Amino acid sequence: MKVSIERSALLKAMSRAQSVVERRNTIPILANVLIEAEGADISFRATDLDIEVVDKTAAMVEQAGSTTVAAGMLHDIVRKLPDGSTVQLNADAATGRMEIRAGRSHFSLATLPREDFPVMASSEYDTNFTAKASLLHRLFDKAKFAISTEETRYYLNGIYLHSATAPGGQMLRAVATDGHRLACIDTELPDGADAIPGVIVPRKTVTEVLKLLTDDDAQIDVSVSETKIRFATPDIILTSKVIDGSFPDYTRVIPQQNQKRMEVDAKEFAAAVNLVSTVSSERSRAVKLSIDEDRLILSVNAPDSGAADHELAVAYADEKLEIGFNAKYLLEIASQVDRENAVFLFNSSGDPTLMREGNDDSAIYVVMPMRV
Amino acid sequence: MPAICRDCLSDTPGPGRCRHCASPRVLRHDELLDLSVAHMDCDAFYASVEKRDHPHLADQPLIVGGGKRGVVSTCCYIARIKGVRSAMPMFKALELCPEAVVVPGRMDVYSGVSKQIRAMMEELTPSVQPISLDEAFLDLGGTQRLHGAPPVVLLARLAKRIEDELRITISVGLSHNKFLAKIASDMDKPRGFSVIGKAETMDFLRDQPVGMLWGVGAAMRGRLERDGIRTIADLRRYAEDDLFRKYGSMGAHVWRLAHGIDVRRIQARDPVKSISNERTFNEDIGDLDTLDGHLWRLSLKVSDRAKAASLAGSTVNLKLKTCDFKLVSRQVRLAEGTQLTDEIYAAARPLLERELSKGPFRLLGVGLSHLAEYSGSDAAPDLLDPDAPRRRAAERASDAIRDRFGSDAILKGRALR
Repeated sequence: MKVSIERSALLKAMSRAQSVVERRNTIPILANVLIEAEGADISFRATDLDIEVVDKTAAMVEQAGSTTVAAGMLHDIVRKLPDGSTVQLNADAATGRMEIRAGRSHFSLATLPREDFPVMASSEYDTNFTAKASLLHRLFDKAKFAISTEETRYYLNGIYLHSATAPGGQMLRAVATDGHRLACIDTELPDGADAIPGVIVPRKTVTEVLKLLTDDDAQIDVSVSETKIRFATPDIILTSKVIDGSFPDYTRVIPQQNQKRMEVDAKEFAAAVNLVSTVSSERSRAVKLSIDEDRLILSVNAPDSGAADHELAVAYADEKLEIGFNAKYLLEIASQVDRENAVFLFNSSGDPTLMREGNDDSAIYVVMPMRV
Repeated sequence: MPAICRDCLSDTPGPGRCRHCASPRVLRHDELLDLSVAHMDCDAFYASVEKRDHPHLADQPLIVGGGKRGVVSTCCYIARIKGVRSAMPMFKALELCPEAVVVPGRMDVYSGVSKQIRAMMEELTPSVQPISLDEAFLDLGGTQRLHGAPPVVLLARLAKRIEDELRITISVGLSHNKFLAKIASDMDKPRGFSVIGKAETMDFLRDQPVGMLWGVGAAMRGRLERDGIRTIADLRRYAEDDLFRKYGSMGAHVWRLAHGIDVRRIQARDPVKSISNERTFNEDIGDLDTLDGHLWRLSLKVSDRAKAASLAGSTVNLKLKTCDFKLVSRQVRLAEGTQLTDEIYAAARPLLERELSKGPFRLLGVGLSHLAEYSGSDAAPDLLDPDAPRRRAAERASDAIRDRFGSDAILKGRALR
């Protein structure tokens, strides 16, 4: 294999490959990236056995071929090379090395045989649809914070992507929860997605997919089966196994009867939560909300460190209510709101609370209160 | 170069023998005044105490041990010349040294002497970590202002005081971390004092065998040797990640030690690290229902102990031993610490189900680790498990009943399986 490629294109491909590769693993080949050159393209393939990413980019291919080298090391080398340089990759099967030349630098990296590289088996997909990057980005980005890291309920370690019936019709829905908070994000169902099987997309995949979705107008091809999900742009294909488990029935968790409505400027609210929680102890970061006619007092009382309160003007016309929450959860939820006011719907101090942006039901959040 | 005479404690002994007391026991080292992590180890502790209390044994080979298991527990340095070693079967020791005097151990006396030594150590620093009756780590960092003398002087003074007052000799290792301090104390036994400075650490370790590294036992040594790694220099040829790939976390651990890095702190009292309970069955069990009953009872015992100590743990461990003596150990991390039977059991049960095909088993164990002080409230309410608070309340209520009327007063049906 003999290829010349522009440094910035190589860096882009290697950053992607390198972030999929587990830095520490016990199988040497998994630390490598599979480089294949053919025609006018060079492709970079990396995997951790759960996720596989293939990045194809244009290059001057003098001699087709393939090899595998340490992804982290190649990435570091390319990163340190001067911007604008042309990089020559030259794999010599006889020596078992890959030579890298750029300007006056020369590297020689050990390789492993390409036959040893585990290529993810291609499979049949039940559902194929195309969606705008911005739409998928919103789904994943807004639900991501609620993904659980708990090992016992591994089926919560991802985002549940499925189709659901909402008042506005069939929706493509992303749900994540860790048992303390829940995010439920809807978007119009793209053509061809109505038969999508419900799948749990693992956390790491979510992070990697979000990196693909930087160009809002790009069209992303999504393919889903019971066991895998694939996201493809013209240049990049990301395939991931989905979590093998069943996502709990989250619909019974979303309160339908919460009547007490409080409307507050989300930015002011988040700032106030952040401010008063300064005095709370690390372990139980509880913030108490005392709500009375058009007035909200946020307070923290940490016996061993101190106390704080802060008053905010809100729209609230129901009976007086006191309710406590974990400060971190409140902050995360409030920071999802970017256009309108945050609307909270309470029932009692022991029941789950619902939050949404204005009257927009396409993104709702549920948070469990804590005793204060 | 800073120096100290270990006999008259003068810090200006000059070159050669001490110019004040003519003692040859002068310690010289560039970093003598900068090091503060020490390991102190009594020389042939039990035997030394016996010789002190029975002066007529002083110049005879002495073995402390015998008893039921019939092994040497400690032997004096005279017996060691003949090749006697601790943990050697008694008959073999007597073959090597037939003239040796054998006395049974007097543990209460040794533990009394050990306490006296510990009290002297604690006069110097609160950071004393005893490893056994006869050895301890001391962290003397930051004590110089208080005592008006650098750690090395305090240690030399302490060794001399133990010798003068208790008539027991001790060997001291002084370095910049625990691993090296422990190696140092062993270098110049008995009545030794060795120093390993930062500057010489890498050179010192280079040609040592890997078996010297803390945690490298016969098995690990064998694996390393098969890969051609015999000395620490061999180890250093690898990057940390490579060793991790080859040997797992143990690989990363030996890499750090091989570079003289050991960040373990000296802890005055080792806190409880885990609570566990296990049961060896009379007959191997492969049936899930029967195992489940044991699993519940073991979870209950672990939970009772956690509650009694007011601890909560966030990792649940399951231990199984198969009928062919293979050990299977699995663990799961919880979102929050717990001390409740219900939650320990619920975490351990899926682990057991997953390993069931490896059965039948001769042993089952349940453990709780990553312990912390129980905060006084159980896990926050859970959207997906609305019944959890009721189950917790039920468990607390049945605990109250068991407290009052005995631990069998109320049981889950499951416990009778």
